[in-house]
Amino acid sequence: MAGMKIRAAMAGDVAEIKCLMNHVMETGLRKDAKTGQLVPAHHITNVTATVGGKVVLEAQWGGGISKNPYLAFKVKGAKAGDKVVINTLDNKGEKDSAEASIG
Amino acid sequence: MNVQRRSILKGAGAASAVTVAVAAGLLKPGTVFAAGWNQAAFGSKDLAGALAGVGGTGAASSAQITVKAPDIAENGAVVPVEVISAIPGTESIAIIGEKNGFPLIANFALSNGAAGYISTRIKLGTTTNVRAIVKAGGKVYTAVKEVKVTIGGCGG
Repeated sequence: MAGMKIRAAMAGDVAEIKCLMNHVMETGLRKDAKTGQLVPAHHITNVTATVGGKVVLEAQWGGGISKNPYLAFKVKGAKAGDKVVINTLDNKGEKDSAEASIG
Repeated sequence: MNVQRRSILKGAGAASAVTVAVAAGLLKPGTVFAAGWNQAAFGSKDLAGALAGVGGTGAASSAQITVKAPDIAENGAVVPVEVISAIPGTESIAIIGEKNGFPLIANFALSNGAAGYISTRIKLGTTTNVRAIVKAGGKVYTAVKEVKVTIGGCGG
């Protein structure tokens, strides 16, 4: 599930961090149109973001986040050049990670 | 349709590969949820269970929380939602789709300067309230926004 993208930029004294992930985000409630069988749940469960090595966001997700998730958040006290790292984990144990510098 | 079917079959293959790896002791089952996942809250199929799971039962309505979402969503599979909490010391923001199959959508813990702001895209199965639960200073607050959904995003 690789291919996460991060954009981070200062807006005044606040860093706005935007992230786009690649994931099917199956809820486990959707039926396959052909077979009528439930498609097993397969979604991101955990998202962790650090800025300058400090954890700023720890999220838990269900399957209710849309496919190919988008997430944006804001961090006060961050500065241009700080490194942003975002890690994800899904319910099958698959991990993804990306990093960027605040521009 | 065939392409979709292939990817589903591939998905099933990947799942069994994980099962095999677990059986072989390559993956400890515990590592899958190593960072912690609130199974009870996310697995709840009713609003009361989802609220209880995030400690949001009896949360006080707050005008300092804004839930921004479209009045009408043509496609329930992708509904943009922004939650802005102006409550000082906002520690966490949870997002709930009240009538979704699994109402709890996400719970964000904020720290080290993270502002009371989350923007994301969610699925809504039907016309429903999108509820935000905000924790700040040991108290729980809430706000809602109704979204009318023309095509549901959960049943498929």
